Amino acid sequence: MNESILIDGLRRALTLIVRGDARVLEAVAVSVWTAGTATVIASALGLPLAFLVALRRFRGRELIITMLNTLLALPTVVVGLFVYSLIRRGGVFGPFDLLFTPWAMIAGQVVLALPITAALGQTALSSLDSAAGETALALGASPARILTTIAWEARYGLLAAVAAAGGRLIGEVGVSMILGGNIARHTRNLTTAIALETSKGEFALAIALGMILMVLALGINFLLRRLQGRREAA
Amino acid sequence: MAIKSALAWVCAGVISITAAVLAGCGGGEAKKEVVSIKLATTTSTDNSGLLDVLKPALMKAHGIELQIIPVGTGKAIKHGENGDVDVILVHARAAEDKFVADGFGVNRRDVMHNDFVILGPKEDPAGVGGGKDASAALTKIAGAKKDFVSRGDDSGTHKKEKSLWKAAGIEPSGSWYLAAGQGMGACLTMANEKRAYVMSDRGTYLAYRDKIDLPVLVEGDPKLFNPYGVIAVNPEKHPHVKYDAVKTFIEWLTGKEAQALIAGYKRNGEQLFYPDAR
Repeated sequence: MNESILIDGLRRALTLIVRGDARVLEAVAVSVWTAGTATVIASALGLPLAFLVALRRFRGRELIITMLNTLLALPTVVVGLFVYSLIRRGGVFGPFDLLFTPWAMIAGQVVLALPITAALGQTALSSLDSAAGETALALGASPARILTTIAWEARYGLLAAVAAAGGRLIGEVGVSMILGGNIARHTRNLTTAIALETSKGEFALAIALGMILMVLALGINFLLRRLQGRREAA
Repeated sequence: MAIKSALAWVCAGVISITAAVLAGCGGGEAKKEVVSIKLATTTSTDNSGLLDVLKPALMKAHGIELQIIPVGTGKAIKHGENGDVDVILVHARAAEDKFVADGFGVNRRDVMHNDFVILGPKEDPAGVGGGKDASAALTKIAGAKKDFVSRGDDSGTHKKEKSLWKAAGIEPSGSWYLAAGQGMGACLTMANEKRAYVMSDRGTYLAYRDKIDLPVLVEGDPKLFNPYGVIAVNPEKHPHVKYDAVKTFIEWLTGKEAQALIAGYKRNGEQLFYPDAR
């Protein structure tokens, strides 16, 4: 029985892709645009934080690093409930009418991804041989120049942090379900669609959607590798 | 500090880029003329596919877009209490009445009903097959200590199951009573794998019939009746809800057109719901 579900799933995945099924495309679009936007924001906030804790020494630095690493273990459902408590009616951000919109999903995903970009980015920067920065400093480079040099040296690690965040977001279901509400064509992404089809007993279709998700993740990672390769050549 | 100012510079850079990206995304959104209302309903209702028929008909008749949030009955009611949604469509009469009595909901109407069935392995080790009395069947299962899968998730189906145990005068416990804490589909799969008894709404059962090997053993008891009600979220409690559109929706749902659609909705040749509105 298991085997037939997998084979059936593969066949249906191919059919859905070839036919360009509208519901699947919509779910893909919601997945890409919410997870993509959240990854950009989480990187924009998390990477500077990574620089700060990696390069500067200040009080509470160790605590921040420990906190960030602890937050990596946060279950998505807990993040979802936390953000829900803020954006529901009566919550601090209640008046903005965010619940059950893609923006709510993005907000939750940013909270989920921020510790990833910050903690993994910090690890990447900390593991860097400090020689490059010191050399630049000795040569009298401007601070911006020094920072760019360090970022350049750590580019693989930093990109890996961003990729890890993106991968986590495109595959998560708890935040999207609680904050998005799984509304068809509006907040239904690939993962909540998978959960829905599973609950309907449409296992083959659920697996088909899972395969499409993996193809998507593969494509994004492939693109990132290419990007890294090109930078290397430049 | 030089590094500090450089950091600030980088931060400002990324933040402005993000803002630009966000502004671009926001501007790209299409304007909608239609009114959207949010309906929290049970997963079983959504899974039946009935709403996929009602949704476009409502849009055509009144230009109202139904945004459906499928959750358990308990959670749907919670979303109504919190004003997260505009209207709820659920099946748990006692909880619905409490929802209205507590002032969270107004304008409750009967919409439709279907029924529950008790399924079990063909071998039927507890010997409940053919009976009509649901509580008597549960008494037999408990007496024989045969595996029974319970939703255990405070859903409408779980509430119904608990009321049947109560009617039988049994407090189910022991290793044979498996509280799964999952949706109907997952429970059917679990019961199938464990060769256990399980109570299911008929709609989900029909959707799963080809995937599981559990025949219907008990059906037709009036106690297995499963009525659905629609309730508007009280605009006095939550002034932001789109009460006017909801009122139109409820009138339509309990009116001739929608009731005929409900009666005519079939899956695998079987009628899933019976219209109840007068």
